[in-house]
Amino acid sequence: MEKRELTCIGCPMGCQITVELEGTEVVSVTGNTCGIGDKYARNEVTHPERTVTSTSIVLGGDKPRVSVKTASNIPKDKISDVMKAIDAAVMKAPVHIGDVVVKDVCGTGVDVVATRNVEVI
Amino acid sequence: MVNYDIVIVGGGPAGLAAAVSARNAGVEKILILERDKELGGILNQCIHNGFGLHTFKEELTGPEYAYRFIEKVLEAKIEYKLNTMVMDISEDRVVTAMSREDGMYQIKAGAVILAMGCRERPRGALNIPGYRPAGIFSAGTAQRLVNIEGYMPGREVVILGSGDIGLIMARRMTLEGAKVKVVAELMPYSGGLKRNIVQCLDDFGIPLKLSHTVVDIEGKEHLTAVTIAQVDNHGKPIPGTEERYTCDTLLLSCGLIPENELSRNAGVEMNPITSGPIVNESLETNIPGVFACGNVLHVHDLVDYVSEEADRAGLNAAKFIKGELVESKGDDIEIVATEGARYTVPSTIDLDRMDDKLTVRFRVGAVYKDSYVSVYFDDERVMHNKKRIMAPGEMEQVILLKSKLEEKPGLKKITVKIENE
Repeated sequence: MEKRELTCIGCPMGCQITVELEGTEVVSVTGNTCGIGDKYARNEVTHPERTVTSTSIVLGGDKPRVSVKTASNIPKDKISDVMKAIDAAVMKAPVHIGDVVVKDVCGTGVDVVATRNVEVI
Repeated sequence: MVNYDIVIVGGGPAGLAAAVSARNAGVEKILILERDKELGGILNQCIHNGFGLHTFKEELTGPEYAYRFIEKVLEAKIEYKLNTMVMDISEDRVVTAMSREDGMYQIKAGAVILAMGCRERPRGALNIPGYRPAGIFSAGTAQRLVNIEGYMPGREVVILGSGDIGLIMARRMTLEGAKVKVVAELMPYSGGLKRNIVQCLDDFGIPLKLSHTVVDIEGKEHLTAVTIAQVDNHGKPIPGTEERYTCDTLLLSCGLIPENELSRNAGVEMNPITSGPIVNESLETNIPGVFACGNVLHVHDLVDYVSEEADRAGLNAAKFIKGELVESKGDDIEIVATEGARYTVPSTIDLDRMDDKLTVRFRVGAVYKDSYVSVYFDDERVMHNKKRIMAPGEMEQVILLKSKLEEKPGLKKITVKIENE
Protein backbone atom coordinates (compact mmCIF):
# COMPACT_ATOMS: atom_id res chain seq x y z
CA MET A 1 0.00 0.00 0.00
CA GLU A 2 1.30 3.46 -0.92
CA LYS A 3 1.15 6.32 1.59
CA ARG A 4 1.23 9.96 0.58
CA GLU A 5 1.65 12.96 2.86
CA LEU A 6 -0.12 16.11 1.68
CA THR A 7 -0.59 19.61 2.99
CA CYS A 8 -4.17 20.68 2.37
CA ILE A 9 -4.53 23.92 0.41
CA GLY A 10 -8.28 24.11 0.94
CA CYS A 11 -7.95 26.86 3.52
CA PRO A 12 -5.17 28.59 5.43
CA MET A 13 -5.25 25.96 8.21
CA GLY A 14 -2.97 23.79 6.05
CA CYS A 15 -3.86 20.42 7.60
CA GLN A 16 -1.32 17.63 7.23
CA ILE A 17 -3.17 14.83 5.47
CA THR A 18 -2.13 11.22 4.99
CA VAL A 19 -3.64 9.37 2.02
CA GLU A 20 -3.36 5.60 1.69
CA LEU A 21 -3.52 4.32 -1.87
CA GLU A 22 -3.99 0.85 -3.30
CA GLY A 23 -2.87 1.42 -6.89
CA THR A 24 -5.02 4.38 -7.91
CA GLU A 25 -7.74 3.59 -5.37
CA VAL A 26 -7.88 5.79 -2.29
CA VAL A 27 -8.16 3.53 0.75
CA SER A 28 -8.15 6.13 3.51
CA VAL A 29 -7.75 9.85 4.17
CA THR A 30 -6.64 10.92 7.65
CA GLY A 31 -5.44 14.13 9.30
CA ASN A 32 -7.98 16.43 7.66
CA THR A 33 -10.28 18.43 9.93
CA CYS A 34 -13.11 19.03 7.46
CA GLY A 35 -14.75 17.80 4.28
CA ILE A 36 -12.74 20.16 2.11
CA GLY A 37 -9.58 18.31 3.16
CA ASP A 38 -11.06 14.92 2.29
CA LYS A 39 -12.09 16.13 -1.16
CA TYR A 40 -8.77 17.88 -1.73
CA ALA A 41 -6.77 14.78 -0.81
CA ARG A 42 -8.81 12.46 -3.05
CA ASN A 43 -8.53 14.87 -5.98
CA GLU A 44 -4.86 15.62 -5.40
CA VAL A 45 -3.72 12.00 -5.69
CA THR A 46 -5.92 11.22 -8.69
CA HIS A 47 -6.46 14.42 -10.72
CA PRO A 48 -4.97 17.53 -9.08
CA GLU A 49 -6.84 20.80 -9.62
CA ARG A 50 -6.18 24.48 -8.95
CA THR A 51 -7.95 27.81 -9.17
CA VAL A 52 -6.03 30.22 -11.42
CA THR A 53 -6.06 33.95 -10.70
CA SER A 54 -4.52 36.63 -12.88
CA THR A 55 -5.41 39.90 -14.62
CA SER A 56 -6.69 40.82 -18.08
CA ILE A 57 -6.42 44.01 -20.05
CA VAL A 58 -9.39 46.36 -19.85
CA LEU A 59 -9.89 49.24 -22.26
CA GLY A 60 -11.48 52.58 -21.42
CA GLY A 61 -11.71 51.86 -17.71
CA ASP A 62 -10.63 53.65 -14.56
CA LYS A 63 -7.98 50.94 -14.14
CA PRO A 64 -5.65 49.40 -16.74
CA ARG A 65 -6.23 45.79 -15.62
CA VAL A 66 -9.07 43.80 -14.20
CA SER A 67 -8.37 40.91 -11.83
CA VAL A 68 -9.88 37.56 -12.86
CA LYS A 69 -10.20 33.98 -11.64
CA THR A 70 -11.35 30.63 -12.93
CA ALA A 71 -14.87 30.29 -11.52
CA SER A 72 -13.88 26.90 -10.09
CA ASN A 73 -10.87 24.61 -10.12
CA ILE A 74 -9.27 23.54 -13.40
CA PRO A 75 -6.87 20.61 -13.99
CA LYS A 76 -3.40 21.49 -12.76
CA ASP A 77 -1.75 20.55 -16.08
CA LYS A 78 -3.92 23.14 -17.88
CA ILE A 79 -2.61 26.09 -15.82
CA SER A 80 -0.24 27.45 -18.46
CA ASP A 81 -2.82 27.13 -21.27
CA VAL A 82 -5.38 28.94 -19.13
CA MET A 83 -2.84 31.69 -18.40
CA LYS A 84 -2.33 32.19 -22.15
CA ALA A 85 -6.07 32.51 -22.71
CA ILE A 86 -6.36 35.03 -19.86
CA ASP A 87 -3.44 37.06 -21.21
CA ALA A 88 -5.06 37.16 -24.67
CA ALA A 89 -8.40 38.41 -23.35
CA VAL A 90 -9.22 42.10 -23.72
CA MET A 91 -12.23 43.52 -21.89
CA LYS A 92 -14.03 46.82 -22.42
CA ALA A 93 -15.17 48.89 -19.45
CA PRO A 94 -17.44 48.69 -17.58
CA VAL A 95 -16.61 45.29 -16.10
CA HIS A 96 -18.29 43.97 -12.96
CA ILE A 97 -17.53 41.20 -10.51
CA GLY A 98 -18.71 37.92 -12.00
CA ASP A 99 -18.66 39.09 -15.65
CA VAL A 100 -17.35 36.34 -17.93
CA VAL A 101 -13.93 37.18 -19.35
CA VAL A 102 -13.23 33.86 -21.12
CA LYS A 103 -16.08 31.38 -21.65
CA ASP A 104 -15.25 27.68 -21.15
CA VAL A 105 -11.53 28.35 -20.92
CA CYS A 106 -9.41 25.77 -22.83
CA GLY A 107 -12.35 23.35 -22.97
CA THR A 108 -12.34 22.86 -19.20
CA GLY A 109 -16.02 23.76 -18.93
CA VAL A 110 -15.00 26.51 -16.49
CA ASP A 111 -15.40 30.24 -17.18
CA VAL A 112 -12.84 32.88 -16.32
CA VAL A 113 -14.69 35.66 -14.47
CA ALA A 114 -13.85 39.17 -13.31
CA THR A 115 -13.18 39.64 -9.58
CA ARG A 116 -13.25 43.43 -9.58
CA ASN A 117 -15.36 46.29 -10.84
CA VAL A 118 -13.82 48.57 -13.46
CA GLU A 119 -15.94 51.60 -14.33
CA VAL A 120 -15.87 53.68 -17.51
CA ILE A 121 -13.38 56.50 -17.10
CA MET B 1 -14.16 72.05 13.38
CA VAL B 2 -16.61 69.34 12.27
CA ASN B 3 -17.91 66.69 14.66
CA TYR B 4 -18.26 62.97 14.05
CA ASP B 5 -19.22 60.20 16.43
CA ILE B 6 -16.56 57.84 15.12
CA VAL B 7 -13.59 58.60 12.88
CA ILE B 8 -11.89 55.56 11.35
CA VAL B 9 -8.34 55.99 10.11
CA GLY B 10 -7.89 53.65 7.14
CA GLY B 11 -10.35 52.21 4.60
CA GLY B 12 -8.90 48.72 4.28
CA PRO B 13 -10.52 45.52 5.56
CA ALA B 14 -10.23 46.59 9.22
CA GLY B 15 -11.62 50.08 8.72
CA LEU B 16 -14.49 48.88 6.53
CA ALA B 17 -15.60 46.14 8.94
CA ALA B 18 -15.33 48.48 11.93
CA ALA B 19 -17.48 51.08 10.15
CA VAL B 20 -20.17 48.54 9.25
CA SER B 21 -20.34 47.15 12.76
CA ALA B 22 -20.51 50.62 14.36
CA ARG B 23 -23.36 51.52 12.00
CA ASN B 24 -25.18 48.29 12.82
CA ALA B 25 -24.85 49.26 16.47
CA GLY B 26 -26.75 52.43 15.68
CA VAL B 27 -24.03 55.05 15.26
CA GLU B 28 -25.04 57.72 12.75
CA LYS B 29 -22.07 59.96 12.13
CA ILE B 30 -19.17 57.79 11.01
CA LEU B 31 -16.31 58.96 8.79
CA ILE B 32 -13.66 56.77 7.15
CA LEU B 33 -10.45 58.51 6.10
CA GLU B 34 -8.49 56.69 3.38
CA ARG B 35 -5.12 57.63 1.94
CA ASP B 36 -5.53 55.75 -1.36
CA LYS B 37 -7.81 56.69 -4.24
CA GLU B 38 -10.18 53.84 -3.45
CA LEU B 39 -11.47 51.78 -0.53
CA GLY B 40 -10.32 48.21 0.08
CA GLY B 41 -6.70 48.67 1.11
CA ILE B 42 -4.15 46.00 0.31
CA LEU B 43 -6.87 43.49 -0.67
CA ASN B 44 -7.21 45.23 -4.02
CA GLN B 45 -3.81 43.94 -5.09
CA CYS B 46 -4.20 40.49 -3.50
CA ILE B 47 -5.90 38.99 -6.54
CA HIS B 48 -5.27 35.38 -5.45
CA ASN B 49 -8.01 33.27 -3.91
CA GLY B 50 -8.31 31.95 -0.38
CA PHE B 51 -9.99 34.84 1.41
CA GLY B 52 -13.22 34.63 3.31
CA LEU B 53 -13.58 30.93 4.08
CA HIS B 54 -14.36 31.73 7.71
CA THR B 55 -16.49 34.82 7.11
CA PHE B 56 -18.45 33.93 3.98
CA LYS B 57 -17.94 30.13 3.81
CA GLU B 58 -16.64 30.49 0.28
CA GLU B 59 -13.28 31.14 -1.25
CA LEU B 60 -12.93 34.66 -2.58
CA THR B 61 -10.12 36.69 -4.11
CA GLY B 62 -8.88 39.80 -2.28
CA PRO B 63 -10.82 42.32 -4.40
CA GLU B 64 -14.02 40.28 -4.05
CA TYR B 65 -13.62 40.06 -0.28
CA ALA B 66 -13.01 43.82 -0.07
CA TYR B 67 -16.04 44.51 -2.22
CA ARG B 68 -18.35 42.57 0.11
CA PHE B 69 -17.52 45.16 2.76
CA ILE B 70 -17.34 48.16 0.42
CA GLU B 71 -20.87 47.29 -0.70
CA LYS B 72 -22.08 47.31 2.91
CA VAL B 73 -20.42 50.69 3.52
CA LEU B 74 -22.08 52.11 0.40
CA GLU B 75 -25.49 50.62 1.26
CA ALA B 76 -25.30 52.01 4.79
CA LYS B 77 -24.32 55.38 3.29
CA ILE B 78 -21.32 55.63 5.59
CA GLU B 79 -19.27 58.70 4.75
CA TYR B 80 -15.72 58.29 3.55
CA LYS B 81 -12.99 60.55 2.21
CA LEU B 82 -10.43 59.25 -0.29
CA ASN B 83 -6.98 60.67 -1.11
CA THR B 84 -6.92 61.89 2.46
CA MET B 85 -3.94 61.66 4.76
CA VAL B 86 -4.37 61.84 8.50
CA MET B 87 -1.59 64.04 9.87
CA ASP B 88 -2.28 63.90 13.58
CA ILE B 89 -4.52 62.46 16.25
CA SER B 90 -4.55 64.28 19.58
CA GLU B 91 -5.12 62.78 22.99
CA ASP B 92 -8.56 64.41 23.15
CA ARG B 93 -9.43 62.80 19.79
CA VAL B 94 -9.08 65.74 17.44
CA VAL B 95 -8.08 64.29 14.06
CA THR B 96 -6.13 66.52 11.68
CA ALA B 97 -6.42 65.44 8.05
CA MET B 98 -5.32 66.77 4.69
CA SER B 99 -6.33 66.27 1.09
CA ARG B 100 -5.84 68.05 -2.20
CA GLU B 101 -9.56 68.88 -2.39
CA ASP B 102 -10.24 69.95 1.17
CA GLY B 103 -6.85 71.19 2.30
CA MET B 104 -6.00 70.78 5.98
CA TYR B 105 -8.92 70.37 8.37
CA GLN B 106 -9.74 69.10 11.84
CA ILE B 107 -12.43 66.75 13.07
CA LYS B 108 -13.57 66.28 16.65
CA ALA B 109 -14.24 62.57 17.07
CA GLY B 110 -16.34 60.94 19.77
CA ALA B 111 -14.22 57.84 19.27
CA VAL B 112 -11.30 57.01 16.98
CA ILE B 113 -10.61 53.61 15.46
CA LEU B 114 -7.03 53.06 14.34
CA ALA B 115 -7.04 50.86 11.22
CA MET B 116 -3.92 52.00 9.36
CA GLY B 117 -2.58 48.53 8.58
CA CYS B 118 1.10 47.76 8.19
CA ARG B 119 4.08 48.28 5.91
CA GLU B 120 6.75 45.97 4.54
CA ARG B 121 10.19 45.93 6.09
CA PRO B 122 12.38 47.73 3.54
CA ARG B 123 15.88 46.91 2.33
CA GLY B 124 17.31 49.67 4.48
CA ALA B 125 16.19 47.77 7.59
CA LEU B 126 17.76 44.49 6.47
CA ASN B 127 21.49 45.24 6.33
CA ILE B 128 22.08 43.51 2.98
CA PRO B 129 25.55 44.30 1.67
CA GLY B 130 26.32 45.16 -1.94
CA TYR B 131 25.33 47.76 -4.50
CA ARG B 132 22.04 49.61 -4.60
CA PRO B 133 20.92 49.12 -8.19
CA ALA B 134 17.44 49.24 -9.70
CA GLY B 135 15.56 45.94 -9.67
CA ILE B 136 15.13 45.47 -5.91
CA PHE B 137 11.51 45.64 -4.77
CA SER B 138 9.53 44.76 -1.73
CA ALA B 139 7.23 41.86 -2.65
CA GLY B 140 4.16 44.03 -2.11
CA THR B 141 5.44 46.72 -4.45
CA ALA B 142 5.99 44.10 -7.12
CA GLN B 143 2.49 42.78 -6.43
CA ARG B 144 1.03 46.21 -7.01
CA LEU B 145 3.03 46.70 -10.22
CA VAL B 146 1.98 43.34 -11.67
CA ASN B 147 -1.62 43.12 -10.47
CA ILE B 148 -2.83 46.73 -10.53
CA GLU B 149 -0.60 48.60 -12.96
CA GLY B 150 0.10 45.66 -15.28
CA TYR B 151 3.90 45.90 -15.36
CA MET B 152 6.44 43.11 -14.90
CA PRO B 153 9.35 44.20 -12.70
CA GLY B 154 11.71 41.68 -14.33
CA ARG B 155 12.25 38.25 -15.87
CA GLU B 156 14.72 36.43 -13.62
CA VAL B 157 13.84 36.62 -9.98
CA VAL B 158 15.34 35.79 -6.60
CA ILE B 159 13.15 36.21 -3.53
CA LEU B 160 14.50 36.87 -0.03
CA GLY B 161 12.10 35.96 2.74
CA SER B 162 9.31 33.41 2.68
CA GLY B 163 6.48 35.53 4.03
CA ASP B 164 3.14 34.97 2.34
CA ILE B 165 3.48 37.89 -0.06
CA GLY B 166 6.86 36.55 -1.22
CA LEU B 167 5.40 33.08 -1.80
CA ILE B 168 2.35 34.45 -3.60
CA MET B 169 4.62 36.59 -5.79
CA ALA B 170 6.84 33.62 -6.62
CA ARG B 171 3.80 31.96 -8.21
CA ARG B 172 2.47 35.16 -9.74
CA MET B 173 5.77 36.04 -11.45
CA THR B 174 6.11 32.44 -12.67
CA LEU B 175 2.60 32.45 -14.15
CA GLU B 176 3.43 35.68 -15.97
CA GLY B 177 6.47 34.09 -17.57
CA ALA B 178 9.31 35.00 -15.22
CA LYS B 179 11.83 32.48 -13.93
CA VAL B 180 11.88 32.44 -10.13
CA LYS B 181 15.20 30.83 -9.31
CA VAL B 182 15.09 30.50 -5.55
CA VAL B 183 13.38 31.67 -2.38
CA ALA B 184 15.89 32.19 0.44
CA GLU B 185 14.72 32.34 4.06
CA LEU B 186 16.97 33.41 6.93
CA MET B 187 15.07 31.41 9.53
CA PRO B 188 15.06 27.60 9.70
CA TYR B 189 11.29 27.68 9.00
CA SER B 190 9.08 29.56 6.57
CA GLY B 191 7.25 32.67 7.69
CA GLY B 192 4.37 31.89 5.35
CA LEU B 193 1.32 29.64 5.43
CA LYS B 194 1.91 25.96 4.62
CA ARG B 195 -0.67 25.99 1.86
CA ASN B 196 1.28 28.73 0.10
CA ILE B 197 4.47 26.69 0.14
CA VAL B 198 2.57 23.84 -1.54
CA GLN B 199 0.65 25.78 -4.15
CA CYS B 200 3.12 28.59 -4.84
CA LEU B 201 6.52 26.89 -4.66
CA ASP B 202 6.12 23.08 -4.83
CA ASP B 203 3.61 23.29 -7.71
CA PHE B 204 6.20 25.11 -9.83
CA GLY B 205 9.35 23.41 -8.60
CA ILE B 206 10.72 26.58 -7.01
CA PRO B 207 13.35 25.72 -4.38
CA LEU B 208 12.97 27.08 -0.85
CA LYS B 209 16.31 27.40 0.92
CA LEU B 210 15.83 27.71 4.66
CA SER B 211 18.61 29.21 6.82
CA HIS B 212 19.90 31.15 3.82
CA THR B 213 20.32 34.86 3.20
CA VAL B 214 21.55 37.28 0.57
CA VAL B 215 25.21 38.18 1.13
CA ASP B 216 25.98 40.16 -2.02
CA ILE B 217 24.15 42.22 -4.60
CA GLU B 218 25.79 42.97 -7.96
CA GLY B 219 24.99 45.56 -10.63
CA LYS B 220 25.72 49.26 -10.67
CA GLU B 221 22.76 50.58 -12.68
CA HIS B 222 20.49 47.54 -12.67
CA LEU B 223 20.67 44.34 -10.67
CA THR B 224 22.70 41.62 -12.43
CA ALA B 225 23.19 38.93 -9.76
CA VAL B 226 22.80 38.11 -6.09
CA THR B 227 24.77 35.70 -3.93
CA ILE B 228 23.08 33.74 -1.19
CA ALA B 229 24.75 31.75 1.57
CA GLN B 230 23.72 29.42 4.35
CA VAL B 231 23.64 30.89 7.86
CA ASP B 232 24.54 29.30 11.19
CA ASN B 233 22.40 29.20 14.34
CA HIS B 234 23.15 32.85 15.01
CA GLY B 235 22.13 33.96 11.52
CA LYS B 236 25.76 34.46 10.47
CA PRO B 237 26.68 33.45 6.88
CA ILE B 238 28.85 30.32 6.68
CA PRO B 239 31.90 30.87 4.41
CA GLY B 240 32.10 28.44 1.53
CA THR B 241 28.32 28.00 1.16
CA GLU B 242 27.86 30.91 -1.26
CA GLU B 243 25.82 30.40 -4.42
CA ARG B 244 25.55 33.06 -7.12
CA TYR B 245 22.33 33.57 -9.07
CA THR B 246 22.17 35.83 -12.11
CA CYS B 247 18.90 37.77 -11.98
CA ASP B 248 17.37 41.14 -12.79
CA THR B 249 14.93 41.26 -9.88
CA LEU B 250 15.21 40.74 -6.13
CA LEU B 251 11.99 40.69 -4.15
CA LEU B 252 12.04 41.22 -0.40
CA SER B 253 9.40 39.56 1.75
CA CYS B 254 10.97 40.01 5.15
CA GLY B 255 8.20 40.91 7.49
CA LEU B 256 5.48 43.46 8.08
CA ILE B 257 5.50 46.27 10.59
CA PRO B 258 2.31 47.91 11.90
CA GLU B 259 2.19 51.54 10.88
CA ASN B 260 1.83 53.40 14.16
CA GLU B 261 3.39 56.83 13.74
CA LEU B 262 -0.01 58.42 14.36
CA SER B 263 -0.71 56.23 17.38
CA ARG B 264 2.68 57.00 18.96
CA ASN B 265 2.24 60.74 18.43
CA ALA B 266 -1.16 60.53 20.08
CA GLY B 267 0.45 58.97 23.15
CA VAL B 268 -0.81 55.43 22.61
CA GLU B 269 1.24 52.89 24.57
CA MET B 270 2.89 50.34 22.33
CA ASN B 271 3.82 46.68 22.67
CA PRO B 272 7.45 46.26 21.58
CA ILE B 273 6.79 42.69 20.37
CA THR B 274 3.88 43.45 18.04
CA SER B 275 4.89 47.07 17.32
CA GLY B 276 1.18 47.70 17.80
CA PRO B 277 -0.86 49.36 20.54
CA ILE B 278 -1.41 47.63 23.88
CA VAL B 279 -5.16 47.05 24.11
CA ASN B 280 -7.68 45.77 26.63
CA GLU B 281 -10.54 43.30 26.09
CA SER B 282 -12.49 46.01 24.22
CA LEU B 283 -9.55 46.62 21.84
CA GLU B 284 -9.23 50.03 23.45
CA THR B 285 -5.79 51.60 23.85
CA ASN B 286 -4.58 53.43 26.95
CA ILE B 287 -6.34 56.52 25.59
CA PRO B 288 -10.06 56.18 26.36
CA GLY B 289 -12.12 56.20 23.17
CA VAL B 290 -9.20 55.26 20.91
CA PHE B 291 -9.53 51.71 19.58
CA ALA B 292 -7.30 49.64 17.28
CA CYS B 293 -7.91 46.67 14.98
CA GLY B 294 -6.38 44.82 12.07
CA ASN B 295 -2.74 44.86 11.06
CA VAL B 296 -2.04 48.13 12.86
CA LEU B 297 -2.71 46.24 16.09
CA HIS B 298 -0.77 43.07 15.22
CA VAL B 299 0.02 41.54 11.85
CA HIS B 300 -2.54 38.90 10.84
CA ASP B 301 -2.28 36.03 8.35
CA LEU B 302 -6.02 35.83 7.70
CA VAL B 303 -8.22 38.72 6.72
CA ASP B 304 -11.18 36.87 8.23
CA TYR B 305 -9.68 37.43 11.66
CA VAL B 306 -9.08 41.09 10.80
CA SER B 307 -12.75 41.52 9.97
CA GLU B 308 -13.80 39.76 13.15
CA GLU B 309 -11.48 41.89 15.27
CA ALA B 310 -12.59 45.08 13.51
CA ASP B 311 -16.20 44.13 14.10
CA ARG B 312 -15.50 44.08 17.84
CA ALA B 313 -13.60 47.38 17.69
CA GLY B 314 -16.53 49.01 15.88
CA LEU B 315 -19.01 47.64 18.39
CA ASN B 316 -16.96 48.80 21.37
CA ALA B 317 -16.42 52.25 19.85
CA ALA B 318 -20.22 52.46 19.47
CA LYS B 319 -20.66 51.47 23.11
CA PHE B 320 -18.11 54.10 24.12
CA ILE B 321 -19.89 57.00 22.47
CA LYS B 322 -23.21 55.83 23.87
CA GLY B 323 -21.65 55.76 27.34
CA GLU B 324 -22.24 52.00 27.65
CA LEU B 325 -18.61 51.07 28.07
CA VAL B 326 -18.25 51.09 31.83
CA GLU B 327 -15.21 52.85 33.19
CA SER B 328 -12.43 50.58 34.31
CA LYS B 329 -12.02 50.25 38.08
CA GLY B 330 -8.31 49.63 37.67
CA ASP B 331 -8.52 45.98 38.75
CA ASP B 332 -7.88 44.59 35.27
CA ILE B 333 -6.65 41.03 34.88
CA GLU B 334 -3.29 40.95 33.16
CA ILE B 335 -2.67 38.47 30.31
CA VAL B 336 0.96 37.37 30.11
CA ALA B 337 2.59 35.52 27.21
CA THR B 338 5.62 33.45 28.15
CA GLU B 339 7.59 30.26 27.38
CA GLY B 340 7.06 30.08 23.66
CA ALA B 341 4.10 32.43 23.36
CA ARG B 342 5.46 35.81 22.25
CA TYR B 343 2.55 38.14 22.91
CA THR B 344 -1.19 38.19 23.35
CA VAL B 345 -3.90 40.50 22.05
CA PRO B 346 -5.55 41.74 24.19
CA SER B 347 -3.17 42.37 27.11
CA THR B 348 -5.70 42.99 29.87
CA ILE B 349 -9.27 42.06 30.75
CA ASP B 350 -11.79 44.11 32.70
CA LEU B 351 -14.36 41.53 33.82
CA ASP B 352 -17.17 44.10 33.91
CA ARG B 353 -16.58 44.90 30.24
CA MET B 354 -15.85 41.39 29.03
CA ASP B 355 -18.31 39.60 26.70
CA ASP B 356 -19.33 36.01 27.47
CA LYS B 357 -16.46 34.82 25.31
CA LEU B 358 -13.14 36.45 24.51
CA THR B 359 -10.75 35.31 21.79
CA VAL B 360 -7.13 35.85 22.81
CA ARG B 361 -4.77 35.70 19.81
CA PHE B 362 -1.04 35.10 20.02
CA ARG B 363 1.99 33.89 18.10
CA VAL B 364 4.64 31.36 19.04
CA GLY B 365 8.35 32.13 18.77
CA ALA B 366 9.53 28.92 17.12
CA VAL B 367 8.18 25.77 15.47
CA TYR B 368 6.51 23.43 18.01
CA LYS B 369 5.44 19.87 17.17
CA ASP B 370 2.97 17.87 19.29
CA SER B 371 3.03 20.53 22.00
CA TYR B 372 0.38 22.01 24.23
CA VAL B 373 -1.09 25.48 24.50
CA SER B 374 -1.61 26.01 28.21
CA VAL B 375 -3.56 28.69 30.01
CA TYR B 376 -3.02 29.38 33.70
CA PHE B 377 -5.34 31.38 35.96
CA ASP B 378 -2.75 32.68 38.43
CA ASP B 379 -0.91 29.40 39.25
CA GLU B 380 -3.62 26.94 38.27
CA ARG B 381 -3.59 25.35 34.84
CA VAL B 382 -7.07 25.60 33.34
CA MET B 383 -6.48 24.82 29.67
CA HIS B 384 -4.13 22.36 28.04
CA ASN B 385 -4.76 21.86 24.33
CA LYS B 386 -2.56 19.65 22.17
CA LYS B 387 -1.53 21.03 18.76
CA ARG B 388 0.07 18.90 16.06
CA ILE B 389 2.10 21.82 14.80
CA MET B 390 2.55 25.47 15.65
CA ALA B 391 4.76 27.93 13.76
CA PRO B 392 5.56 31.63 14.07
CA GLY B 393 3.94 32.23 10.67
CA GLU B 394 0.52 31.12 11.86
CA MET B 395 -1.47 32.92 14.52
CA GLU B 396 -2.88 30.86 17.38
CA GLN B 397 -5.82 31.53 19.67
CA VAL B 398 -7.45 30.52 22.92
CA ILE B 399 -11.01 31.32 23.88
CA LEU B 400 -11.70 32.47 27.43
CA LEU B 401 -15.16 32.17 28.94
CA LYS B 402 -16.36 34.91 31.26
CA SER B 403 -18.11 32.32 33.43
CA LYS B 404 -14.77 30.57 34.07
CA LEU B 405 -13.08 33.83 35.02
CA GLU B 406 -15.91 34.70 37.39
CA GLU B 407 -15.37 31.43 39.22
CA LYS B 408 -12.01 32.79 40.36
CA PRO B 409 -12.62 35.97 42.35
CA GLY B 410 -9.47 38.00 42.82
CA LEU B 411 -7.84 36.54 39.69
CA LYS B 412 -4.88 38.78 38.84
CA LYS B 413 -2.97 37.11 36.05
CA ILE B 414 -3.74 34.84 33.09
CA THR B 415 -0.69 33.20 31.55
CA VAL B 416 -0.51 31.72 28.04
CA LYS B 417 2.44 29.42 27.39
CA ILE B 418 3.58 26.47 25.29
CA GLU B 419 4.40 23.22 27.10
CA ASN B 420 5.93 20.00 25.82
CA GLU B 421 3.67 17.84 27.94
